[in-house]
Amino acid sequence: MHWEVVWNNMSYLLLGAYPKGPLGGLALSIVMALVGIFGAFWLGLLIGVFRLSKRAWLRVPALVYIEIIRGTPLLMVIFWFYFLAPVVMGKSLPGEQAAMIALIVFTSAYIAEIVRAGVLSLPKGQMEAARGSGLSHTQAMIYVILPQALFNMIPSFVNQFVSLTKDTSLGFIIGVTELTKAATQINNRTMNAPSEIFIAIAALYFVICYVLTAFSRRLESRINRYQARGR
Amino acid sequence: MAYQFDWGLVVSGEYGVMLVEGLVTTLKISALSIVLSLGMGTLICVMRLTKVKALEWLSASYTEFFRNTPLLVQIFFWYFGSAAVLPVAWNKWLYAQDFEFAAGVISLTVYTSAFIAEDLRSGIFAIPKTQLEASRACGLSFLQAMGYVILPQAFRIIIPPLISQFLNLIKNSSLVMTIGVMDLTYMARQIESQTFHGFEAFTAATLIYLSISLLVSAAIQIYNVRVLRLGR
Repeated sequence: MHWEVVWNNMSYLLLGAYPKGPLGGLALSIVMALVGIFGAFWLGLLIGVFRLSKRAWLRVPALVYIEIIRGTPLLMVIFWFYFLAPVVMGKSLPGEQAAMIALIVFTSAYIAEIVRAGVLSLPKGQMEAARGSGLSHTQAMIYVILPQALFNMIPSFVNQFVSLTKDTSLGFIIGVTELTKAATQINNRTMNAPSEIFIAIAALYFVICYVLTAFSRRLESRINRYQARGR
Repeated sequence: MAYQFDWGLVVSGEYGVMLVEGLVTTLKISALSIVLSLGMGTLICVMRLTKVKALEWLSASYTEFFRNTPLLVQIFFWYFGSAAVLPVAWNKWLYAQDFEFAAGVISLTVYTSAFIAEDLRSGIFAIPKTQLEASRACGLSFLQAMGYVILPQAFRIIIPPLISQFLNLIKNSSLVMTIGVMDLTYMARQIESQTFHGFEAFTAATLIYLSISLLVSAAIQIYNVRVLRLGR
């Protein structure tokens, strides 16, 4: 075994060429994941609420968006933004930006479905009571329905964020030097320790994702207990 | 210079044929991986429910590890890493075969079986515990009780999540292009680099993936409606 290859290249795996060059490696993966989570949450929330709207011109486009994105591999979505940007805008997007936009667009469709399920699982009386006390539909949504629905949906969100974190590895395909790309670069240069390198980065991803998963499991049992007490 | 669309490119001729070949490869690798991951997932799940500590621990770590690492990294591990531990002669033999395809199947199977094991476990928990106790009391062994009483019921419960796992697998199979399996995504990428007509190529590939997904979801819907009607 050649574990020294992993140790000797650890700073490249963790930070990329930083501070002499651009940020890369695990640090870039984490940045991409955080931007992706932030963007996908708000876009997904918006689309999920549109999907529930009574107005067809909001509901139908949201439905089409969700169905198209969920029926397509993420890799395709990444290619859309990476290869089609030059066609549409006349200039190409840097890989990091294309990957982050693709991650946001892709994950938002799944978040939207979670939001929809969360809102639909609330008793109908909540909306009726909120409307009955004089709130508009939008106000009732923002002040009464969404806070409860989002709270119940936290574990599903976290699971989706774990997926997103794993999906940052696809930046590899369009040349973003995040963790997976950094690992393949080291593998191509050293040639003698492929198992060690890929086991090492799998372990790095695992630590982050497992912590999130364990967190979501704890939240889930807490939320279940909280709900049980409420009844 | 404005972009000139050329839809004929992907509908017929050399590039149309490439897309069809890619689709066939995608379907082949997906079908094989679906069958294998179903078997593997069941095995892992049953191992976790035996009262044998070592098996329980092994299958729990299996599911946790493979669910929490990216599929792409797993593909690279199996393709570049697993062969490196083998003797050189085996290695040569492996790469002379269609090792890309095999590594793709292994990665998709291992990855998806971890998710299937979790789905199946929740399905089994939905079945009253007395079922197992009653079957054991009737004289069935643990494995017999699982095989004849528990699993058939659990599988019926988890059909919807199972099918969405299969859909994920079909979509995830696009990642095997990275190790050179000539699937649908690989072909679309190939057309892009040969003709610079990426827009048409990726639209065509997207539409093909989308129709597979929509067909399968429609099938689930029909199934759900029928089961709900029959179940009452």
